[in-house]
Amino acid sequence: MRRSREPFFWALFSSGGMIAALVLPALALWLWVARPLGWVAGPTGPEMAALLGPLLLRFCLFVVIALALFHWAHRFRYTLYDGLQLAHLYGLIASICYGGATLLTAAAAWLLWRLPHLPPLPPLR
Amino acid sequence: MPETAETIRLEVLRYRPEEDSEPVWQGYDVPLRSDWMVLDGLNYIKDTLDGSLSYRWACRMGVCGSCGMMVNGTPTLTCASYLSALAPGPIRVEPLRGFPIVRDLVIDLHDFLDKLKSVKPWLLRTEEPPLAAGEHLQTPEQLAEYKPYSMCINCMLCYAACPIYALEPGFVGPAAIALAQRYNLDSRDQGAAERLDVLSQHEGIWACTFVGECSAVCPKGVDPAGAIQRYKVGATADWWRSVLMPWGAR
Amino acid sequence: MNPAYRPYHPKWHRDRMPIFWWLGQAAYVKFIVRELTSLAVGYAALLLLAEVWALDRGAAAHARFLRFLAAPPVVAFHVVVCAALLFHTVTWLNLAPKALVVRLGGKRLPDGAVVAGHYLLWLLASGVIVWWLRGGL
Repeated sequence: MRRSREPFFWALFSSGGMIAALVLPALALWLWVARPLGWVAGPTGPEMAALLGPLLLRFCLFVVIALALFHWAHRFRYTLYDGLQLAHLYGLIASICYGGATLLTAAAAWLLWRLPHLPPLPPLR
Repeated sequence: MPETAETIRLEVLRYRPEEDSEPVWQGYDVPLRSDWMVLDGLNYIKDTLDGSLSYRWACRMGVCGSCGMMVNGTPTLTCASYLSALAPGPIRVEPLRGFPIVRDLVIDLHDFLDKLKSVKPWLLRTEEPPLAAGEHLQTPEQLAEYKPYSMCINCMLCYAACPIYALEPGFVGPAAIALAQRYNLDSRDQGAAERLDVLSQHEGIWACTFVGECSAVCPKGVDPAGAIQRYKVGATADWWRSVLMPWGAR
Repeated sequence: MNPAYRPYHPKWHRDRMPIFWWLGQAAYVKFIVRELTSLAVGYAALLLLAEVWALDRGAAAHARFLRFLAAPPVVAFHVVVCAALLFHTVTWLNLAPKALVVRLGGKRLPDGAVVAGHYLLWLLASGVIVWWLRGGL
């Protein structure tokens, strides 16, 4: 019997879920609640660019974004199958979810790769 | 039987294929005795009120797995459910969800039995040691590995609780996977690879989204949800190993 | 039953699952809410990507991005997103021992210890991230 390819997607889903669980709450609270509300001073634009200077850190951010996207793709796919009984749209849903995740992952890779090649951002005054 | 003024109403979903096109509710008042289970109420109905009621039961003590039904929307063993705990009622009794109804509270089990058989729930050996080598010895730790999964009484409450089983026709289901794990984790068994072929099918286990209700309703503490998640991790590791190191013996 | 032949019983009653089966029970509602946190995870990835894209386009673009983040309805929405992300974290870490059986020195670690270990890991990861965001690394 042919073995399913599900283990590959499940591996992405479960590692994405673990990374998202460990990393996203702190990032989200700091960058999107504390920073806009002024509870913390930064990171501002130039600071953010500096934080993402080292290749290793840009790679870490890439991994977080990629795995979070594939976690969403796999989980949302099954939510549509079971929650709205759209399992008959198997191919369409899989294409949209995994296809979307792949495209955005590629965009993330390209943007993070070229970041330090840009001229340094002048401090805002 | 001494007359008791206190009664409780059982609303039972009846289905007589020779006269009904759809299941219909029928209400019965049964005595509310402090030591009676829902099953006793059903037996009272059949004995004195309506002999046409059909349902399964056997041991009336929670070990045979025959009397599973939906009681107030929850899959329950009717022999383990006190009437007084559900007072003042009315108590809704329906056949287990997710299975075709044959008649009244009797459902068709063939799908479950076929799926159970497909996972080969018996000890599989690739080599048999000679008789002179003696018995297979097992430490208490090795026994503890699979013991919870061996407590399954095939009552199918987990199947009734699982929405995926009702939605996905190919899903093997909680009890079958838990029983497959019971043998996979048994130190005497060598059949894990053979079972993987069935379980790693798309619907085999991968349709499971860890709702977790199967473990919540299990009367024997089998924890099929845990068995399935562990199996997913194991099957995934196995898949990656076969992809990254295909020269390994399969 | 011989799988090649199964008698078809037209009189057996088969119920269809209603589309909104998950509204029927509290446990199912909680399950669907838990699954929908995947949308918050996907959104978080998008927003991180959006900030990188803003950085890519220059200082003015990033400043516009920060002003967008500061708008009150956006902050309110992001508070909801953070709540969803926290719900994802808590439900995921609490279920960790179901999937992960850890053995130390032959004895199986109890579920509580596995969960506690994961929460500790979460605390450490959050600490490292905050340290990084403050320019420490």
